[in-house]
Amino acid sequence: MLSFLIRRLLGAGLVLLVMSLVVYVLLGLMPGDPIDLMASGDPNMTSADVARLKALYGLDRPLLERYANWLVAALQGDFGFSRLYAVPVLDVLLPRLANTCLLMGAAFLISLLVALPAGMLAAARPRSWLDYGINLFAFAGFSIPSFWLALLLILLFAVELGWLPASGTSAGAGAGWLDRLRHLVLPVMTLSIVSTASLVRFTRAAMLETLRADYVRTARAKGLSFRVVLTGHALRNAMIPVVTILALDFGTLFSGALVVETMFAHLGMGKLIYDAVMGNDFNLALVGLLFATLVTLLANLGADMVYAALDPRISYAR
Amino acid sequence: MAGRTLAFILALLAGTLADEAAAAPRQLTIGITQFPSNFHPNIDSMMAKKYVLSMAQRPFTAYDPDWELVCMLCTELPTLENGLAEIEPLADGGEGIALTYTIQPDATWGDGTPVTTDDVLFTLEVGKHPESGVTNAELYRRILEIDVVDDKTFVMHVDRVTFEYNAINDFELIPAHLERARFEADPSTYRNRTLFDTDTTNPGLWFGPYKITAVAPGASVTLEPNPTFYGEAPYFERIVVKAIENTAALEANLLSGSIDMIPGEVGLTVDQALAFEKRHGDAYRITYKPGLVYEHVDLMLDDPVLADRRVRQALILGLDRQALSEQLFEGRQPVAHTSVSPLDWVHADDIPHYEEDLERAAALLDEAGYADLRNGIRHGPDGRRLAFTLMTTAGNRSRELVEQVLQSQWKRLGIEVRIENEPARVFFGETTSKRRFDHMAMFAWISSPENVPRSTLHSEEIPSEANGWSGQNYTGFKNAEMDQLLEDIERELDREKRKAMWRRIQEIYASELPALPLYFRADAHVWPLWLEGVVPTGHQDPSTLRIETWHAADPA
Repeated sequence: MLSFLIRRLLGAGLVLLVMSLVVYVLLGLMPGDPIDLMASGDPNMTSADVARLKALYGLDRPLLERYANWLVAALQGDFGFSRLYAVPVLDVLLPRLANTCLLMGAAFLISLLVALPAGMLAAARPRSWLDYGINLFAFAGFSIPSFWLALLLILLFAVELGWLPASGTSAGAGAGWLDRLRHLVLPVMTLSIVSTASLVRFTRAAMLETLRADYVRTARAKGLSFRVVLTGHALRNAMIPVVTILALDFGTLFSGALVVETMFAHLGMGKLIYDAVMGNDFNLALVGLLFATLVTLLANLGADMVYAALDPRISYAR
Repeated sequence: MAGRTLAFILALLAGTLADEAAAAPRQLTIGITQFPSNFHPNIDSMMAKKYVLSMAQRPFTAYDPDWELVCMLCTELPTLENGLAEIEPLADGGEGIALTYTIQPDATWGDGTPVTTDDVLFTLEVGKHPESGVTNAELYRRILEIDVVDDKTFVMHVDRVTFEYNAINDFELIPAHLERARFEADPSTYRNRTLFDTDTTNPGLWFGPYKITAVAPGASVTLEPNPTFYGEAPYFERIVVKAIENTAALEANLLSGSIDMIPGEVGLTVDQALAFEKRHGDAYRITYKPGLVYEHVDLMLDDPVLADRRVRQALILGLDRQALSEQLFEGRQPVAHTSVSPLDWVHADDIPHYEEDLERAAALLDEAGYADLRNGIRHGPDGRRLAFTLMTTAGNRSRELVEQVLQSQWKRLGIEVRIENEPARVFFGETTSKRRFDHMAMFAWISSPENVPRSTLHSEEIPSEANGWSGQNYTGFKNAEMDQLLEDIERELDREKRKAMWRRIQEIYASELPALPLYFRADAHVWPLWLEGVVPTGHQDPSTLRIETWHAADPA
């Protein structure tokens, strides 16, 4: 098991290295560097000013040389400066990472708590009114665009009822945990509804498949109750495809909450990465994307561990 | 039990909100669509930063709401008439000017240190240093040197005499007592270590009516009154500026009471404000202030078809710009006839205007050789279709609507227009700045009152690989008389003579049409009914430069 973990972690390191090169080169090839954009809006900037600022920000050097410099510094723990925020990259990134973890963690947990029982119930009573109801919720959930759902929730809870703040992460300096919680409710609700919807469908499908298996019929023939068979026998097996989906979803959730973060002005990683890419903030975009990659890799590694726990036939020991 | 718990939680949440609302009368919360990229007044320029910093700092000079230059940090505007400005010979034989400014006697940084000429010298030192990262290098290049008279008075020697000789709006002071040591330690990394970004809430950085007391990066800036401010004490005890990029969310925040107002400088576009006004106009005061943002279509004059002035004139005669402004913006954005705003004192009312005239437009196109109409599209003598590509910034809803109107109006004349939009960073970073558009590029110029359009109209300002793509004459316009006027007008100090020159510039622009003028954008300000004293300017100096006049109608 330990050697498997070490091999996977080394592999993850290699993937990150390759990703860093690919992302750096792609960012560098994007048209319009920040100084060109600045010059296009400022009639007083001369070509000498452009050259001076490019040299100052290191934009005059070849792309691979810039990448090599960045890599050497990054390996020593210096991830560079954010051009957009004028502070070290980690100073911007870490608070955003914390916000994202809180948002994603809460949304993820709520999705699991709702989707697993709902998917199981739907599978246990296929083609019943309960199944139809859960399916209706699921289809509605992933059919509604998240920006529209976000707007509806803002209009209902912030504008009409006035119960919750419309956006932001807190009311300002000195705000307490309750205030933080109030700011989390609407974005978490939006994300949870969308991710619960798809998870319900996966859980239902996986559970239906499992319930048709021979060992389930055998267990029932032995006289075990349906509830015991469902939770004690079928659930673990049905969870294997669901865990795969969850692992993939986690990485997407991590960097893909852009719409929800924009609508709620929630300061998270998705919006940060988007702004960094659009603002040509190389260092920030690169480190942000690498964090997203790392989270996806770790989530997949976690999923592999969970497979072993769910299915005794899977073993990583040699 | 679960129901009671839920009710308790909701009551708790609602209670916190009610507490906030009760404590709000002396607090103003402003919602804007961008967050300042940094807080250093001289590194990078963007309106969101200027809007916020104008509450905490003051420039020496600025344009007032009537578009007149006034002193803010100085006590008297130097002029040739009052003797505080004197023309002087330069070593190279040319003429420069010596300007005497005196700093407001009570001007003091927020930590109690007086604002002095030492700050002026330090600001110049940073501005002139090639590695400091200061963006507006041209301003500091023009300043040859500064002589200190005493702690509050200095003489600035400038290398040329222009009609705006006494405007030093962008000379924003930085505190020598806090920043000098950091700068001198290593000028090349100063921009990364400046206290403006590493310790933004340090009161010693600010000398305006407010000082910045809290910053949540990317989210909000909190300002509180600066007790050392030399002017009138501001009314509000706290101002919070929140950045909410999505305008739908910005409106929802306004309706929910999370923010009190949306300023015109960095808020809603006119079409968004008009839609908002229809739904909620009774609950807010909405003011539209036409300004200096000039929306137009640049024409690529290297193209042989567009090089023909008759085609350019036909293009503008084929447009009903008044109907466009009425239909899309309810007439709030006035039609432009040249690049000079009708609100600018140099605007000429008597130059020819192009009203819609389809017959004349068709005649001009016939005359230019495009009389052959096949399948609704005109063809030239070589069989080439009269077709153009029209580009603008993708995702800008107002411009995309305007594009569709232009396309349909030109179709009536037998002109085919293909729309090819690009993201702003590509459009401005490559396509326009490197002259890579085939025919038409629609965008806006932001200028200041009486802004000489040298960079957009002088033939030396055509960007090319040879000049490192500097200049903004993207159309490739070349006109010897215009070049001469642009060179002479800056040096002409007599207002009447200058007005005549401005008239001629506008006349040439209107007859040659290097670009098709569309309209001047207006700022849409959305204020609560109780807010008074805000005066929108319509130019680059935001309304927050006079924030000490803002107050609630009925002080609690």
